Amino acid sequence: MLLVPCPNCGPRDASDFKFGGESSSRPDPRTATPEQWRDYVHLKTNVAGNQKETWYCRGCRTYFSLHRDTVTNIFGAPQS
Amino acid sequence: MSPSRLPSGGAVIDRSRPIKFKWNGKSFTGFEGDTIVSALAANGVDVFSRSMKYHRRRGILTGDFWDPNCFVQVGDEPNVRAGHRLISAGIEVSAQNVWPSLERDVKAANGLVGRFLTAGFYYKTFMKPATLWPKYEKILATFAPGGAIDIESTPGRYDKRYSHPDVLVAGGGPAGMAAAIAAAEAGADVMLVEHNHQLGGHLLWGSAEDQKRAASLGARCIEVGVEVLTDSTVTGRYDGSWVAINQRNVAGETIERVVKARAKCLVIAPGLIERPYIFEGNDRVGVMTSGAARRMLNMYGIKPGQKAVVFTANAAGDAAAADLADAGVEVTTVDGRTGADVVRASGSGDRVEQVELADGTVYEADLLVTAVGWTAPTSLANMSGDRPSYDPSAARFFCTSLPDDVLPTGGLAGDGSLEENLTHASATGRLAARRGLTMRNQMRSMTPRASTGVPAPIKDASEPAPLPRANHPELFRSTTHGLVDFSEDVGSKDLWAAAAEGFDSVELVKRFTTATMGPSQGKLETVNTVAVLAEYLGQSIEEVGTTVWRPPYAPVSLGALAGKNSTPHRISSIHVWNKANNCKFIHAGAWLRPDHYGNAQAEAKNVRDNVGIIDVTPLGKLDLQGPNVPDLLELLYVNKWRKLDIGKVRYGVMVGEDGVVLDDGVTARLGEEHYMMTTTSSGAASIWEWAENWLQTERPDWDVRIVPVTTSYTSINVAGPKSRELLLKICEDVDLSNEAFGYMSARPATVAGVAESLMLRIGFTGELSYEVHVPAAHGLKVWEALLDAGKDLGVKPFGLEAQRILRLEKGHFIVGQDTDGLTRGASAGLGGLIKLDKDDGVGLPELRWAADRTDLAQVVSIALDDGMIVPEEASQLVDGETNTIVGRITSSRMSPNLGRSVCMGQVIPELAAPGSKLTVLLTDGRRVPAKIHTDHAFIDPEGARLRA
Ligand SMILES: [Zn+2]
Repeated sequence: MLLVPCPNCGPRDASDFKFGGESSSRPDPRTATPEQWRDYVHLKTNVAGNQKETWYCRGCRTYFSLHRDTVTNIFGAPQS
Repeated sequence: MSPSRLPSGGAVIDRSRPIKFKWNGKSFTGFEGDTIVSALAANGVDVFSRSMKYHRRRGILTGDFWDPNCFVQVGDEPNVRAGHRLISAGIEVSAQNVWPSLERDVKAANGLVGRFLTAGFYYKTFMKPATLWPKYEKILATFAPGGAIDIESTPGRYDKRYSHPDVLVAGGGPAGMAAAIAAAEAGADVMLVEHNHQLGGHLLWGSAEDQKRAASLGARCIEVGVEVLTDSTVTGRYDGSWVAINQRNVAGETIERVVKARAKCLVIAPGLIERPYIFEGNDRVGVMTSGAARRMLNMYGIKPGQKAVVFTANAAGDAAAADLADAGVEVTTVDGRTGADVVRASGSGDRVEQVELADGTVYEADLLVTAVGWTAPTSLANMSGDRPSYDPSAARFFCTSLPDDVLPTGGLAGDGSLEENLTHASATGRLAARRGLTMRNQMRSMTPRASTGVPAPIKDASEPAPLPRANHPELFRSTTHGLVDFSEDVGSKDLWAAAAEGFDSVELVKRFTTATMGPSQGKLETVNTVAVLAEYLGQSIEEVGTTVWRPPYAPVSLGALAGKNSTPHRISSIHVWNKANNCKFIHAGAWLRPDHYGNAQAEAKNVRDNVGIIDVTPLGKLDLQGPNVPDLLELLYVNKWRKLDIGKVRYGVMVGEDGVVLDDGVTARLGEEHYMMTTTSSGAASIWEWAENWLQTERPDWDVRIVPVTTSYTSINVAGPKSRELLLKICEDVDLSNEAFGYMSARPATVAGVAESLMLRIGFTGELSYEVHVPAAHGLKVWEALLDAGKDLGVKPFGLEAQRILRLEKGHFIVGQDTDGLTRGASAGLGGLIKLDKDDGVGLPELRWAADRTDLAQVVSIALDDGMIVPEEASQLVDGETNTIVGRITSSRMSPNLGRSVCMGQVIPELAAPGSKLTVLLTDGRRVPAKIHTDHAFIDPEGARLRA
């Protein structure tokens, strides 16, 4: 099981967290085309390598970003 | 072959403690420390099972956990490994899958047609016609190996444990022990896990000197504080060296447990497993590995035969020959290093009587011991991402690249003398301690609190000097064919036949023939399978490659995986009353909720006729405060929120960014910057996290504070025409008149003397009703006060089932029941609620695009022409004309208030208009007519009752 480094709680079992998937930026809902919007909602890059992703710690109730190598599962330092 | 107990010897048995047990109904006596196999062998038993396909007699092959020939039934427990399980007083052991007896088994007739039972025989013969498969299956099942399951047997106690060692050592042989000792001496918390009953590994079946060494290393482990788990198996290594251990020897009543260990560094020292040799007759009773012979002699004091041929290609074989001679066995040694070879074992009754060599020499013997080399059990390395490679000069696989926190030692790392091995292991242990402690210190420093008591990692630890690799001849198969997989009865000929049919990669051969897929899990078979295939293909073992070892390392009982049977659930403060009052509960998410109190139909009727109360505590409740709450509400809900007056309540639906309905509920404005949001019960936690997600990531500038108060309040819905009358009796500080406290309003209140309560006038049931939220500690008091005060009004509790009937009568959908993962806001009859003229909103673009679509399924109310029929939920709806599927029933109940069934469903838009005709396909095959109902609500569509 992954050991996820929470910026507040330190490294803890992945079961303490909710995985938010790879980070994506939200297009402007007023101007987004269907292609742009659905790209944001449904399409993931799914890289083999370094990925920025969102985690939610159910201990301290914080959302934060992490970089993870999806091949080795090694995490970089957390960012709030 | 007739094994017997020697007058002395046996390192692990206590001859002063005899133990009585039964084998196939007859009484036998063994000693404490005996396995079932050794105790039986001591009594002259040489046959323990019949083989899977051919039902040939089988005796000891390896005499340990992996022995494929020694599966037995113990009491109500099937498939017990008799080479591993210790005897205990009174156990009843019997042979599996034999009839009428182990010695005379009629299914052995299979052996006569054995040449037809080649690989793929079952697939090919019984595939067609498919309709007959159930019949074939029944007959074939009687031929399947395995014991009998007693479904009446009492489940035992199983448990789990978490552990956080700095260093975890898998394998308690000399290398594992030395590594554990060195790691503990360097300050690490160490856990040492050994598969067998004692620490010691191969030293246990070695010389007296070896056994002394094992004992002193074991004692040292305890001295330096290593936590030792014996009869326990490291079954898998996962990300972050999260290691699963199946612990079988647990003190007390617990039978087994799973230990989930977060090892900061993992040392793998599983030793080596001896490979059987492939030749004609290699599964005869009396053919065994050198390890098996030495285990019997030196651990249990058993003489495994009278006249032995020892086919040896290494020091272990030489030692076995010497040990057998010492025990008085007549020994002939055949040296595989000089090119001599065994080609055939023959005899009667599936036993060895003659051994034939390649040069034509025939020896009379009742025992044939083989020592042809080793399989490196690289499972844990594989699970750490390694792809081990084959070294032909040592005739086995070695690890190639492992992560820093996984270190191999012992036989996995190389050969050399015992001293060289111990030196390597000690260095490995020190390095593991340094890495483990470094990691622990790092983890501590990442946790923002004072770091206390973590020892500093030692500085002088480095990579151990590599162990030498001993030269070993590549001996896999003789010039004859024999068995490769003893548990699956798959021979080298079967593998060649499979390759000839085109199954010429090791992964394909494995699946087609089932070689390596039996209970030995490839420990004895994998390398032989690869070698036999390589020989057929004319390739090297390295070219053919090996299969990937996956978890679990050894089979784990289902009980251990299931663990302790504990299902925690949440209960409200009213639970005690419910329990005492004939309530039938239902598990709903994390909660145990009242489903009904004996008669849901009567409960639902009483709500419409008089007044009912229901415990709705699990309803999600979020206290929202701050200047930006209206912004948040307008973002999360599909409708508008900026003009909600204090004291007013509004209904809202939430969708995701994909426009699909997520949740619904009401939100009340309690003060200038103070709101209370309610969510569905199942959405209580997820909507909180959803709202936090928006606030923390997309709108960090907004000032909104969310406090989840679901369990801070006990929530009671008081519903029915007499609900106002009832509340008037116990609530004095709120003007309950329709003028002062109208539909969709909220008031702070004191209810039954409980201050700081909150009342919402809303109506899921379609009746005049009040949702009363009182501080949780006083919930039961208010519940009882309502029942007491409402006696003359006919108040009755009602459960979730009655609530489901009532909301269906009213045509209110339930998110997740009547909507699904494709239901967009516009589909759920919410067209009027959705406001598209907003700057922003979750899923707003999707809502806009969906508004223009005409092809979305609609959520509708449906009435069957015959109101006595209640169609099952999920019944299909078809177009009577074309017979195509046009939708499905999502909810259906008999309505006690209308005396007919009421349904909701989803249909295609063309048939969603009131009055449209449909056909419902009932599960019994009948087709009955139905119509889309005029209104969503079957009762009071104009809403007069809830506004009364
Ligand atoms: Zn945290």
